[in-house]
Amino acid sequence: MIELQSITKSYTTGSQSLQVLKGVDMQVSAGELVAIMGSSGSGKSTLLNILGLLDAYDGGLYHLDGKDMAGLSERRAAELRREMLGFVFQSFNLIPFKSAAENVALPLYYQKVPRKERARRSHALLERVGLLEWADHLPSQMSGGQKQRVAIARALAASPRVILADEPTGALDSATSEDVMALLKELNGEGMTMVVVTHEAEIAAACGRTIRLRDGLVESQGHV
Amino acid sequence: MRWWERDPWIELAQVLLRNPFRTFLSSLGVGWGLFMILITVGASNGLEEGVKSDMGNRVKNSAFLWGESTTLPYKGYPRGRWIELTSPDVEYLVENATTLDAVAPRNQLGGWRRGNNVTHGLKTAACGVYGDMPIYKDIDPILITEGRYINQRDLDDRRKVAVIGKRVRQLLFDREEQVLGSHIQIQGVTFTVVGVYKSQQTGEDAEEAENSIFTPYTTFNHAFHMGDRVGWLSLLIKEDVPGDTAVAEVLRLLKAQKSVHPDDPRGFDHWSMAEMHEEMSTVFGAFRWVSFVFGGLALFAGVIGIMNIMLITIKERTRELGVRRALGATPANIVVQIMVETLTLTVLAGLIGGILGVFALEALDAYLISAEDNGIFRHPHVTLDVLVTALTTMTILGAFAGVLPALRALRVQPVEALRT
Repeated sequence: MIELQSITKSYTTGSQSLQVLKGVDMQVSAGELVAIMGSSGSGKSTLLNILGLLDAYDGGLYHLDGKDMAGLSERRAAELRREMLGFVFQSFNLIPFKSAAENVALPLYYQKVPRKERARRSHALLERVGLLEWADHLPSQMSGGQKQRVAIARALAASPRVILADEPTGALDSATSEDVMALLKELNGEGMTMVVVTHEAEIAAACGRTIRLRDGLVESQGHV
Repeated sequence: MRWWERDPWIELAQVLLRNPFRTFLSSLGVGWGLFMILITVGASNGLEEGVKSDMGNRVKNSAFLWGESTTLPYKGYPRGRWIELTSPDVEYLVENATTLDAVAPRNQLGGWRRGNNVTHGLKTAACGVYGDMPIYKDIDPILITEGRYINQRDLDDRRKVAVIGKRVRQLLFDREEQVLGSHIQIQGVTFTVVGVYKSQQTGEDAEEAENSIFTPYTTFNHAFHMGDRVGWLSLLIKEDVPGDTAVAEVLRLLKAQKSVHPDDPRGFDHWSMAEMHEEMSTVFGAFRWVSFVFGGLALFAGVIGIMNIMLITIKERTRELGVRRALGATPANIVVQIMVETLTLTVLAGLIGGILGVFALEALDAYLISAEDNGIFRHPHVTLDVLVTALTTMTILGAFAGVLPALRALRVQPVEALRT
């Protein structure tokens, strides 16, 4: 599903150039649940941004679902994001003035799904994550775990091929973290491909395979 | 965005109503700007209307012309010669002028602050007494309230008849007294009253105008020994001829007729309603312009205010915009969203200001009418084209105001927006 070959990326701040990724090679097959681990500064967030088409890479090859992702226009990247990718963020990133159902429906809005169909699907997804009765609540009225489950429902809304999660449990207590991981595993069990970036060993352990990054290179890929 | 869809508007309402007080404050400037434009333009229209109707509903294409002394020697005549118009000059003008509908010679007895010159029984009055042609009524319209005006037969037969003003009637007659058919003495000459009139002017002008007596031109000249002297000429200019063109033609003809140097700036003087009106229209046109420019500047300041608040909002919404991008919003989606938000805010505020402005003018107008105020300020209003121009200007400004925030929003990189 995901195939990277010697991906490089550097950032320029002022006169200094910082090489964050120095040639990353990795693969994720369809239906896998993969953790990306690494200490801070290892480049794992940059890698996730590149995987999520939120950031461009300097060199190397990136194939997503067999398609080359080189030199995408902003518009094409946006289209691919809404068709193929779902995002789960550490700080949930729900839109504060929209209800849970409206947040879940947002990717469908950009896919130009009709209003009624959007409402139907967003409610079905909220039911799937056990929050149907919270559909009309604003994010500010929900707990962290609930917010993250809404965010997961939102990531699922567009029926993506891959879900990318950036420290999905980073802002949650351990009990809630387990719930959220259980939900992610459950979705993986239904065939969803997932990449989870984390620095917590327990979270990585819950995943099928762990890719370790160190100083912009893949240290180990586990057993593919 | 397709405007007939409900969702973008719901989105918009959510964004604008998230901070209603701030939305209100930032749109205040634009509303105020439009309000100001309408009020000031409406007020200058009211002033124009008031001043013009104060000048009376005198026919716009009338002019008055009289002789004075020359300043250049010509054809053997020295400078400083007094030019006196006579009946042959009138006939000459009637025959040769192509820009005139009518030429009416006039004569007058008793000037400004004259003494008493008219009596009826024991009552006396000081009135302006004029010798006039029937056509004069078309040049300076009056309302006949009793009897009739001077006619051609009066002139032909040199009848001693008079048409008196409302004020003259009050001064010379008792309230219940029969006026028509009764006699009055004008400087010892007896005239029969055949009509009473009312002025169409207002205020002091009307009072003065109604303190006059019209007699047939021929009778007047005969009775008061004027010979064929003409006091001054009233001219009715053809409908489609500009005032200054007609006056220029008349001056050219008369200067040739009376041997006045063609380049002499004097010799004749004139006053034309048309020129007066043109001048007045220019002045009030400038007034309207200034109102529009200053109102426009207020509007501009208001739009800058909206742009500013949008820029701040973009800063605050960095994360939201990033999330939208991550969820698949294209750059075009974002630009359209911000442009529409700015434009809606501007147009909404402007419409409210505009509606309030129109209502304020209507209320003022209604008040003036109910108070029967016939002063110099009358019927303030704005025409549809002013309204349309103001709204169009506002919409264009609003669209410009949206460009900068939209570009700012575009620069928001999803990665930066989502960084925690």
